[in-house]
Amino acid sequence: MTVAHQTPSPAAIAHRNGRWSGFLHLLGARLLELKREPEVIFWVFGFPVLLALGLGIAFRNKPASVTSVAIVATPGSQEALANLKRSPRNSSIRADVVDEAQALQGFRLGKYDLVITPDAKEGFEYRYDPARPESVLARAEVDDALQSGAGRKDPVPTSAVTSSEPGSRYIDFLIPGLLGMNLMNSGMWGIGFALVDMRQRKVLKRFVATPMRRSDFLLALTSSRLVLMVIEIALLLGFGVLVFHMRVLGSLFNILFIATLGAIAFGGLGLLTASRAQKLESVSGLMNLVMMPMWIFSGVFFSSERFPAMVQPLIKLLPLTALNDALRATILQGASLGTQAGRLLILVLWAVVSFVLALRWFRWT
Amino acid sequence: MPLSTSIARLESHRSFRIPKMAPAIQCRDLRKTYDGKVEAVRGLSLEIEPGECFGLLGPNGAGKTTTIEILEGLLAPTSGEVTILGHTWKESARQLREWLGISLQETRLSEKLTVRETINLFASFYREPRAAAEVLQQMQLDEKADAWVGKLSGGQRQRLAVATALVGNPRVLFLDEPTTGLDPQSRRQLWDIIRTFQRAGGTVLLTTHYMDEAERLCDRLAIVDHGQVIAEGTPADLIDRLGGHHMVEFQVSGNSDGSAVDNWRALPGVESVRHDNGLVCLNVREPHLTIPALLDAVKKKGEQLLHLTTRQASLEDVFVRLTGRHLREE
Repeated sequence: MTVAHQTPSPAAIAHRNGRWSGFLHLLGARLLELKREPEVIFWVFGFPVLLALGLGIAFRNKPASVTSVAIVATPGSQEALANLKRSPRNSSIRADVVDEAQALQGFRLGKYDLVITPDAKEGFEYRYDPARPESVLARAEVDDALQSGAGRKDPVPTSAVTSSEPGSRYIDFLIPGLLGMNLMNSGMWGIGFALVDMRQRKVLKRFVATPMRRSDFLLALTSSRLVLMVIEIALLLGFGVLVFHMRVLGSLFNILFIATLGAIAFGGLGLLTASRAQKLESVSGLMNLVMMPMWIFSGVFFSSERFPAMVQPLIKLLPLTALNDALRATILQGASLGTQAGRLLILVLWAVVSFVLALRWFRWT
Repeated sequence: MPLSTSIARLESHRSFRIPKMAPAIQCRDLRKTYDGKVEAVRGLSLEIEPGECFGLLGPNGAGKTTTIEILEGLLAPTSGEVTILGHTWKESARQLREWLGISLQETRLSEKLTVRETINLFASFYREPRAAAEVLQQMQLDEKADAWVGKLSGGQRQRLAVATALVGNPRVLFLDEPTTGLDPQSRRQLWDIIRTFQRAGGTVLLTTHYMDEAERLCDRLAIVDHGQVIAEGTPADLIDRLGGHHMVEFQVSGNSDGSAVDNWRALPGVESVRHDNGLVCLNVREPHLTIPALLDAVKKKGEQLLHLTTRQASLEDVFVRLTGRHLREE
């Protein structure tokens, strides 16, 4: 009985751990785990770069100014072609003479924006799709070219300058959007999925059975996200600059600041989504439910301004919209943090609300 | 360091002394009801002395895991009191965590960390952990120290789970079914480790549904069924309570109907009778008196003895006697 309260093996104490020992080991372990998970490397780093590369190439090779039309092969088709060739707009119109079936097939598949059928009265019939902007544009362009090629005189002389400077191309629009989407994806998955996985494996329960500080655990998880975030940003921006000669106007500090707010907001959302779920399947569904509206509405691949004005206030409140808009303004226009205050406030609110709710509902077991 | 802080620290340390003569683990009238319906634990009381190895024994679903998780401070009881080393979870959770080493049932530790990294991680949570290398050596995991957890065998994983409990240099060790699913050699290795810990003054509470494990390892044990302690004592005590220390098991050719039980019960030295899959089991005080009488009785009935064995009574017999069921039955 007298030995009962003695330390079982007194000589065995290795060292005293400091206050941050647990945090540092948790962070280290998390980063090691991520490093050893090839899927993570691909989804976090490879996927966004491949997406940027693919979309960048697809949209670079087809400038909106080239209109492609099909002329149905009839006796009048050569005249139409000659007319187009004569017009000053010749360079921006590419015309093929093909048979009718081929022309209609190409039109259906989006290869041709417009089909021209010469009619019996030496005129032309245009087949176009009023719902397709490029088709509408093609009709106006071609009509103009045919008329002037046939000798129409314009009463007012006009001239045009083209502009495709870095900063206003699609790839410039795309990269900040991909950055925002990536911060959302990896924040939600990186925190939410990891937590449910650990809960399912009962590792969370095992951790809280030790003197580990719970706040250290959550802090380490969030910090591991921030480390990854810095790499993600460097990779995507570096890729844009090197491959697409993108110009980054805003300061790196501002970009990092905004991205950090975004990463924390999405980390909070991930934590909230994962606060109760016991199974990976159920959290996957929840995550997609939360992220789906933002993929669509928040202006990753195209501007969110395209949605009706009525829903705009709601769209602007989404964290990804705020993050994307702030990143675009900073990266593409060099906007200061002050002018982004509204968007940053939205991110901070999302972060605070989701963290508070998540910690209230969170289940360790 | 400012004086006020150091005094505060000193005092906080003092209040976390372990009171002399306090039981290592004590609980009174523990109850746990899930969702207002399922009563997993129904008024369970235990007192475990420092330095003891105490076993909670019972079939699956008896409430062992719920009980041990309440004692570990991982589950809140619906009602009842728990004190560990004289402290309650409510007041001194953080300090108690420093004193306890816990191995849960079925924890799947991260597969992509090595054994050493896992142990170092757990060590980092404690103020004064043991050296990782020493624990690995004790658990015979030093050869596997740089292997990923995902590559370990079942026995090695189980040893690692216990290693994560030992690395904090605990005073009390909670092990929930530590040897379930292990091969005999791994089980024996774990028993050695538990005994070593106990010999150094540590207290152990373990749950098991292996009778031999409980008999060999535990100083005392409680048999739990339907959320209650139905018997408590040393393994020898519990076997004593059966009445006899010997079991005589046999099978006869004829149909043994209900009246036969009374016949066997009437044999000299028989304490109790039970039927088990066509086998008749007699709990017997003096086999040398019972067996000749048994042979006579069989011959008199004109039946034939198909099978006869005698053995020492075990905890399994105690359990079957108390509950009418086998321990491993679902």
